[in-house]
Amino acid sequence: MKSMALSLGGEAFLPQGAIAKRPYTIIAIVAFALVLGGWFLMTNLGLVDPTFMPTPQATIKAAGALFSGSFVIDIWMSTYRVLAGFIISAIVAVPLGLFIGTYAPLNALIEPLMSFVRYLPATAFIPLFILWIGIDESEKIALIIMGSLPQLILMVAVDVRKVPHDLVEVSYTLGTKPSRVLWKIILPASMPYILDSLRMVLGWAWTYVVVAEMVGASSGIGYMMIQSQRMMNVSNIFVGLLAIGFLGLLFDCLFKLINKLCFGWSAQGR
Amino acid sequence: MEKEIMYRIHGVTKSYLVGKKAMPALKEINFDIRKNELVAILGTSGCGKSTLLRMLAGFLKPTTGAIYAQHQAITGPGADRGMVFQSYTLFPWLTVRENVEYGLKELKVPKAEREATVTRYLHDVGLDGFENAYPRELSGGMKQRVAIARALAINPDSLLLDEPFGALDAQTRSHMQEMMLDVWQKHPKTIVMVTHDIEEAIFMADRIVVMRAHPGSIKQVIDIDLPRDRDIHIKSDPRFIAYKEEILQLIYEESPAAQRQLMEA
Repeated sequence: MKSMALSLGGEAFLPQGAIAKRPYTIIAIVAFALVLGGWFLMTNLGLVDPTFMPTPQATIKAAGALFSGSFVIDIWMSTYRVLAGFIISAIVAVPLGLFIGTYAPLNALIEPLMSFVRYLPATAFIPLFILWIGIDESEKIALIIMGSLPQLILMVAVDVRKVPHDLVEVSYTLGTKPSRVLWKIILPASMPYILDSLRMVLGWAWTYVVVAEMVGASSGIGYMMIQSQRMMNVSNIFVGLLAIGFLGLLFDCLFKLINKLCFGWSAQGR
Repeated sequence: MEKEIMYRIHGVTKSYLVGKKAMPALKEINFDIRKNELVAILGTSGCGKSTLLRMLAGFLKPTTGAIYAQHQAITGPGADRGMVFQSYTLFPWLTVRENVEYGLKELKVPKAEREATVTRYLHDVGLDGFENAYPRELSGGMKQRVAIARALAINPDSLLLDEPFGALDAQTRSHMQEMMLDVWQKHPKTIVMVTHDIEEAIFMADRIVVMRAHPGSIKQVIDIDLPRDRDIHIKSDPRFIAYKEEILQLIYEESPAAQRQLMEA
C-alpha cells in the first residue's frame, strides 16, 4: 500500500535514482525524529544512567540556563575563531591552489610538500603552538589554519584541474593569451567547485576550534564542555554538541545558498 | 585560374612516444587547402584525422615537415583559426550572448559593434530569443549553434570543425549540416572539417580527403562536383550515390577483410 505523502515514485529505489523535494524533506525530518525519539525513550524509561546521559527535557533546561548565562559569548568566541582561521586559510589557499592547479612547476614546488604536511595531525601542533605563540587567540586560530590550510590548497588544486582542457584550447582560438587563461577561463569555471571545497573545510574548522578550546582556553563552546565534564554536568555537554551541530548546519545552508545564487549556471549551484 | 592557397601541409609526419618507442600516427602528408573551400577529412578512427586538424589549429606541432597558413608557418593557436569541437565547449558561466561576445571582448571590439555582431550571428545560426539562456539549458544541437556563432563572430580566416555534429542525433545532424552550409554561403571562409560520416562529407564538402589508417596517410582526394545550393534532396541524387559508392569502396579496401584478400591474391 502506498501512502499519499510518501509516494516516492517507482524509480526511487533504483540505483542513483531521484526523489522529489517533498518526500526528501519528510524522510529527513523522520530521521531527526527517530534519533530524538530513541534518545527520549532510552533516557525516560531509565535504560541508561542519567548521570551519563541526560533526558531531552534536562538538556533543554540546561540550554535555558546556559543561554541566560555566558553561553552566547562562548558561541560568539568559537564562531569568531572558526571564521578568523577559516578566512585566513581561504585567502591564502584559494590563490595558491589556483596557481598550483594551473602551472605545473608550481605544482611540483608545493603539492608534494603539502601532501606531506597534511598528514601531520594538526592537533599534534598544540604543544608547539603553545610554546611558540602562547595560549591567546592567535594560538587557537593557528591551530585551525594548520588543520585547514594544507588540505584546502590541495582541494582547490584538484578543483582547478577539473576544468576541461577543451575550454582552454577554445579560448586560444578566440584570442585569449595564455597569460590570461587563469583569470578568463580557469577561475570562473572552477569557482563552484572551490566554493564546495570551502564548505567542506569550514566543517573541519569546527572540529579544530573545539579541540583548541579544550586546551588552555577561558571561553568558547569547547571550554564550556570541558568545564562541564569536570562538574559531571552531562546536560551542558549535550547542549554544546547540539549547538555545534546547528551552527554547522547553518553555515552549510549559507554556503549552498551562495552557490545557488552565484553559480546557478553550474550543476554544483543547483 | 589557380585559387589562392590558404593552408599548405608540407611533408608532415607525426609520431607519438609510447614508452620509449615512437609510434607513427601520420605519415608524409602533402596537401594544399584553397581559400574559401570546404574540405572534409574522412576516415575511420585511428587514421590521424583529428591529429591533422589539431596541427592546423596549432595545438600540436608536426614531428617533421611544416604547415603554413597563408605562407606563415603555424606556431600555435590563434584568433585567425576558429575551432568547433565535438564535445560542447561553451563557457558554462556565460549566457549564450556572452559566449558569442567572448572573443570580440578579447579582441577589444567596441561595445556597440560587439552587440550588433552578436545579434547578427545568433540570428544566422537560428538562435533568436535564446540570448539570455545558459548553456546547460540548451540541447546539444543548440549548443553547437552557439559554438559556431562564437567561432564566426571574430571573423576568422578559417574554421576548423572536429566532428562538430558527431554527438547529435541523425535528424538534428542533418539540420545542422544545412544550417552550416547556409552560414558558410553568407560568410565565406575556408572550412576544414573532420568527420567519419561519408554522407556528411559528400553533402558539405568541395573536396574530400579520404584517409587510410595505421599510420594515417592520404589515400585519395575526391572533388565533389555537385551544385552548391545543396539541400537534403541531393542525398538521393544519382551523382551523390555514385560518390558514396566510390568512397565506400575506398574505405572497404582499408578494412582487414579486404587487406587479407589482397594478400592472398
